[in-house]
Amino acid sequence: MDLSYTRTEEAFRAEAREWLREHVPAEPLPSLETAEGFAAHRAWEAELAAARWSVVSWPEAYGGRGVGLARWLLFEEEYWAAGAPGRVSQNGVQLLAPTLFDHGTAEQRARVLPSMATGETIWAQAWSEPEAGSDLASLTSRAVRTDGGWLLSGQKTWSSRAAFADRAFGIFRSDPDADRPHRGLTYLMFDLRAPGVTVRPIGRLDGKPAFAELFLDGVFVPDEDVIGEPGQGWRIAMSTTGNERGLMLRSPGRFLAAADRLVRLWETEGEPADSALRDRVADAVIGARAYQLFTAGAAARLPTGAESSLNKVFWSEYDLALHETALDLLGADGELTDGAWAEGYVFSLAGPLYAGTNEIQRDIIAERLLGLPKGRR
Amino acid sequence: MTFLPTDEQRAFARSLDAMLTAADTPAAVRAWAGGDPGPGRALWGRLAEAGVSALAIPEEYEGLGLLPVELAHAFVELGRHAVPGPAVETVATAVLLGELARLGEPGPAKRLLPGLASGERTATLTIAGVETVRHTVPYALDADRADTVLVVRGEELWRAPGHGPVRVSADPARRLARPAPGGELLAEGPAVTVAAGQARRWAMLATAAQSLGVGLALLDRTVAYARQRAQFGTPIGAFQAVKHRLADTLLALEFARPLLFGAAVTMTPGDLAAAKVATGEAGYAAARTALQIHGAVGYTEELDLSLWLRKARPLRNAWGDPATCRATVIGAYSRTGS
Repeated sequence: MDLSYTRTEEAFRAEAREWLREHVPAEPLPSLETAEGFAAHRAWEAELAAARWSVVSWPEAYGGRGVGLARWLLFEEEYWAAGAPGRVSQNGVQLLAPTLFDHGTAEQRARVLPSMATGETIWAQAWSEPEAGSDLASLTSRAVRTDGGWLLSGQKTWSSRAAFADRAFGIFRSDPDADRPHRGLTYLMFDLRAPGVTVRPIGRLDGKPAFAELFLDGVFVPDEDVIGEPGQGWRIAMSTTGNERGLMLRSPGRFLAAADRLVRLWETEGEPADSALRDRVADAVIGARAYQLFTAGAAARLPTGAESSLNKVFWSEYDLALHETALDLLGADGELTDGAWAEGYVFSLAGPLYAGTNEIQRDIIAERLLGLPKGRR
Repeated sequence: MTFLPTDEQRAFARSLDAMLTAADTPAAVRAWAGGDPGPGRALWGRLAEAGVSALAIPEEYEGLGLLPVELAHAFVELGRHAVPGPAVETVATAVLLGELARLGEPGPAKRLLPGLASGERTATLTIAGVETVRHTVPYALDADRADTVLVVRGEELWRAPGHGPVRVSADPARRLARPAPGGELLAEGPAVTVAAGQARRWAMLATAAQSLGVGLALLDRTVAYARQRAQFGTPIGAFQAVKHRLADTLLALEFARPLLFGAAVTMTPGDLAAAKVATGEAGYAAARTALQIHGAVGYTEELDLSLWLRKARPLRNAWGDPATCRATVIGAYSRTGS
């Protein structure tokens, strides 16, 4: 049992650190939830990709470096410690790409992945519907067979960054007569600018406009954009939801950097006598270390699928507590909405909701990890 | 980096688990609390045979060397089986004496370490100022049962001549007494302070491991109960309110576990304090959940659950309470800037 890095890992870390020191923008980019910020972040993705830092864990053929989990984690630590911008490409990189690696065709990978790696194509997720969130299997948007492809109709919602994204991926009901609700679903990719697509931005809690709902009216999707077999969409989607819940979405590096900033904030703004607030700062430090070490263990032991539910509840509640502590440390200024902590706070509020609500995750933990009986939700 | 237990470490923990499962530890705990130390001492003798008492003792004093990761594995099992007695204090004493020897004061180590390594003798120890920020003269655990009672005061190490009245802790298996003043001065000088600091770190590690073990035992028993106890015609474990509380218990324990083993690998004050806070809080939260889900039956002495329920809170505070440890965590990060 050890926590030391190999020479190869240390060399990789040094290379990443050096590059980031020279290239991370001195001034923070505008929020990626705005049109201006989206464009700036897209340009940053291109810069990362040119030096092959945008998708380090992918095979070299698609623009990556083919590194394993240990080096990916090191890269993330360096990335966030350097104060580098948030990743506008993350829906595609973390959700669609793993699905294509597992279930896509060679043609699809060659066509889709390179432009995803450079930020030329930004992907949005189109899973949730107004009546299908936690109960995703109840979705009703349809895919109807047509000549050479499918026609999509219905409504998708809560689609992060869809207002400015280029393409989307999601699951659709292709066989309404299937005997079980999660059968007869098909997983496919579509163009957000195709005829029949209407994108309506939904202001988030912070008023930023990149969140959106999608109205689809006979949108044509060619057969080549179906992932896996038609009717197998649920199985394919579920096989990669662990990526969304688990560490691919929230690397420990992000929280280590945030906890570090919080300690600095405590040093400048904290009242030494305020032991209650000091304890919360300490808990943020402890939580970041716990998550880092939990991940180090998971990286070495091939975690089970249900473990990503532990991971998801932990990071989402941790992230919120960390930001609440920062706002309390800021005192009256914590109410202002223009700072980095305030933006992070609003983002953290969504953590317990998306990627499967924490109630659903706790059900999974209780049933699959503890062996408690299934019950009505 | 391979942050996983080795096959040997896993096998060691499994063998201790099997041995303690067969040994009927609940009976030993009840006897220890009720005035009969025999079964508890016999248990310690068997743990010593398995090597537990030698994990914090240098080889030249008949130990196995300093093996914090193995010690953490062992003390998780001691916690899971609620083993009574001054096990943590015996380890801390061993570390203190070994460190003193390394710093050029081998006398006390030569006299006392072989007996501790073989398990024939146990020791208890207090280090002034350790337990909490508020209490500078802590109680010694099981001073009436340990063969040796040591006291560190500043730069002096004393062997106490006895102890004051025994007081009963919230956990009846923890017997507390203040060491009697005076006795034999075993060592003095800056080396004592350094060695006491090292002893404290090992005590924190062992106590954190016990807390985790206690929490795991409480969760296991509560999950088993929730699967079989029916109300409203269905097992209570099918109710979401019950499920979610148990899921949170598992979550806290599973994120405390890597902190414990990370601390065992690095042995830095910040990591040890973090592990102590996380395991202590997770173990105590597991106790609260266990009591709530067992309901009134959990509030009885008859049920063995009480043996773990009452351990969780004292262990959370022993050898560094949460407030003290949180202050250490902040201090460690403020200084290093990492």
